[in-house]
Amino acid sequence: MSKTKMTGAQAVLESLKREGVDVVFGLPGGVLLPLYDAIYQSDLRHILVRHEQGAAHMADGYARATGKVGVCLATSGPGATNLVTGIANAYMDSVPMVAITGQVNTWLIGKDAFQEADITGITLPITKHNYLLRSAREISRVFREAFYIAHSGRPGPVLIDLPRDVTVEEVEFTWPEVNLPGYHPSFKVHEMQIKKAAKLLMDAERPVIYVGGGVKYADAHRELFDLATKINAPVTTTLMGVGCFPEDHPLSLGMLGMHGTKYANYSIQESDLILAVGARFDDRVTGKIASFAPRAKIVHIDVDPAEIGKNVRVDIPVVGDARNALAALAKEVVPKPRSAWNEKIEAWKKDHPLRYIPDINIIKPQFVIEKLCELAPDAIITTEVGQNQMWAAQFFVHKDPRKFISSGGLGTMGYGFPAAIGAKMGCPECEVIDIAGDGSFLMNSQELATAVVNDIPVKVAILNNGCLGMVRQWQELFFEKRYSATILGRTSPDFVKLAEAYGAVGLRATRPSEVEPVIRAALAADRPTIMDFIINPAEKVSPMVPAGATLSEILDLEWCDEANTSHLEKIYSDARKEILGSEGYI
Amino acid sequence: MKHTIAVIVENKSGVLTRIAGLFSRRSFNIDSLSVGATDNPDYSRMTITVQGDKDVLEQVIKQLSKLINVIRVSELAPAESVERELAVIKVSADRESRSEIMQIVNIFRAKIIDVSAKSMIIEATGDEEKIDAIIQLLRQFGIKELARTGKVAMVRGPRVVKA
Ligand SMILES: Cc1ncc(C[n+]2csc(CCOP(=O)(O)OP(=O)(O)O)c2C)c(N)n1
Repeated sequence: MSKTKMTGAQAVLESLKREGVDVVFGLPGGVLLPLYDAIYQSDLRHILVRHEQGAAHMADGYARATGKVGVCLATSGPGATNLVTGIANAYMDSVPMVAITGQVNTWLIGKDAFQEADITGITLPITKHNYLLRSAREISRVFREAFYIAHSGRPGPVLIDLPRDVTVEEVEFTWPEVNLPGYHPSFKVHEMQIKKAAKLLMDAERPVIYVGGGVKYADAHRELFDLATKINAPVTTTLMGVGCFPEDHPLSLGMLGMHGTKYANYSIQESDLILAVGARFDDRVTGKIASFAPRAKIVHIDVDPAEIGKNVRVDIPVVGDARNALAALAKEVVPKPRSAWNEKIEAWKKDHPLRYIPDINIIKPQFVIEKLCELAPDAIITTEVGQNQMWAAQFFVHKDPRKFISSGGLGTMGYGFPAAIGAKMGCPECEVIDIAGDGSFLMNSQELATAVVNDIPVKVAILNNGCLGMVRQWQELFFEKRYSATILGRTSPDFVKLAEAYGAVGLRATRPSEVEPVIRAALAADRPTIMDFIINPAEKVSPMVPAGATLSEILDLEWCDEANTSHLEKIYSDARKEILGSEGYI
Repeated sequence: MKHTIAVIVENKSGVLTRIAGLFSRRSFNIDSLSVGATDNPDYSRMTITVQGDKDVLEQVIKQLSKLINVIRVSELAPAESVERELAVIKVSADRESRSEIMQIVNIFRAKIIDVSAKSMIIEATGDEEKIDAIIQLLRQFGIKELARTGKVAMVRGPRVVKA
């Protein structure tokens, strides 16, 4: 190949092109001027955000929806530090991402120069790997390595810090093969371990397959389906695994853990074998770890050997790619008929379904989710964090691994809306709906401008309960209803006017009969749209395993009395009067 | 329990920070850490002593292996390896105590590398217990300053820990 001379900035763009990047999310600044000048002259699609946190979450949402590496871009100093939450979020949920930050000139590094921040130091514990470039000659090699590291093995974010002078330096572009002597992601699985795991599966009387985000990233949901249906093993998923197994299938147990279904948690506790795939036994999933699945042997399949044996003892470790492992297992086992175990679970499902008490006067959030599911069953759902997130996981019937996008490990309020924009960029033909809380939405609502300007018609369903609902729920249950700093009242901005101020569509429903028309109108709109659902403020996420309790100690909370509802409404209107000196719009 | 591990790393800036950062973030306890060049200029070798049970050791090894710049991690079981540490010790020494100190130095096959009217510097090598012992014995004379390298270790016999 003939060598071509170009600037560092052009080499960055050439590298992105060769990695197949079709869009980057970013916001410029002083040290990025040369790079942005090169972008101006290229055909790379750049989405200008209004806050760099938004850029990181958009890259993240894009990556989760498409399986490709998401790319975000921020200037040095405050631009870079604004990415930090988004990078940490991607790290906790193993999302493939490349974050590019501008840096001051190499000769100024360490001198506390204007807008200098040690972003490689800051992001050391929240990246899979990071780089500080010193010369334009390193650009192509480092970009190639960064993309490889980000998407292979257990995916994760990689940051590249790009000093200004490196972007103007002249360089001959080459495209060297990746050579990383210290990085060998495990892909193949050990045949012996598969044989042992298959034997345990065959011998088990009460098996449960417990599935995490790893199955999604490995694209292993078909293999999972084959295995589960071949041996009639029930499947439960973590929040990250939601959608990896169709929830309308009889073998589906839905989600497990703190706000999982009762039948999933009972099944885990009574099981004699757990096959964990691409999941990491997080404390929100296991409850009290000492009494987690006391009678079960555990087979753990994970691409990251460090996850095996980290939180629980494992009987059969299987290191490797989930898809290879599940395919091998499905081949190894022989079909098993339905058993007494399946019947027992069926009975639990009948006796303890997910439920709520419908109301004809006040909107129930669960009802909104059910309606969304009915009217947009194939939509990509992103969520914010809190009650909205749990209701979205519980009451939407998820069937596709890449169509439920939620901040699991970090639990980042403000994630869902920019993630929706990123997902829509990656999958423009899909309907994308952010299920939001009134608290979370405001944390990145400035990205309404991004959605409107770039014509990215995402939809937001705000479950407006006038409070930081999930925290309020804990205060109600465990702090004797002392609502310290959780009551927003109905004092958030008027979300309909907010939408309109940005040039988006704003719709509101205050009674149950308005829910369906509002959703229909939103789905018909070809512009970004906010639906403001004024919901019952007293509603709680149910069932619930209190923190530190055993999974089987799961409580029903769906019963919320009218007194509590009106009590909260009174607190809200008092708060509103105090702040605005007027009555609320409810 | 103490464990000694050898870590072969790429000789690049920031690698030490990555390793130190990993230990603090995961709450692993480092007892000692030493770094130096290897026969290959691209790689350095670290010897790290960590405190913890078997599970902690397993996590330390797995987490270290995940770092992109880490080429190889290997536990050096005490029974199968040799361990050495070097200490330089400045002790108070006058005409009266000097010969007694020299006797101790001889017993430990240590060396005197500096002498002045009021002090001596002693160089001692050996395993951790030996170094601890000589320090203990010299304490009566007054230790003015002490510097220890931390442990380096190697497997006995033909097995090698290399990139
Ligand atoms: C950035 C951030 N800050 C604080 C929290 C703690 N937190 C978890 S849920 C929650 C309440 C969220 O309120 P809202 O978005 O209105 O959702 P709701 O629970 O009412 O559905 C808070 C404050 C968080 N997860 N993320």
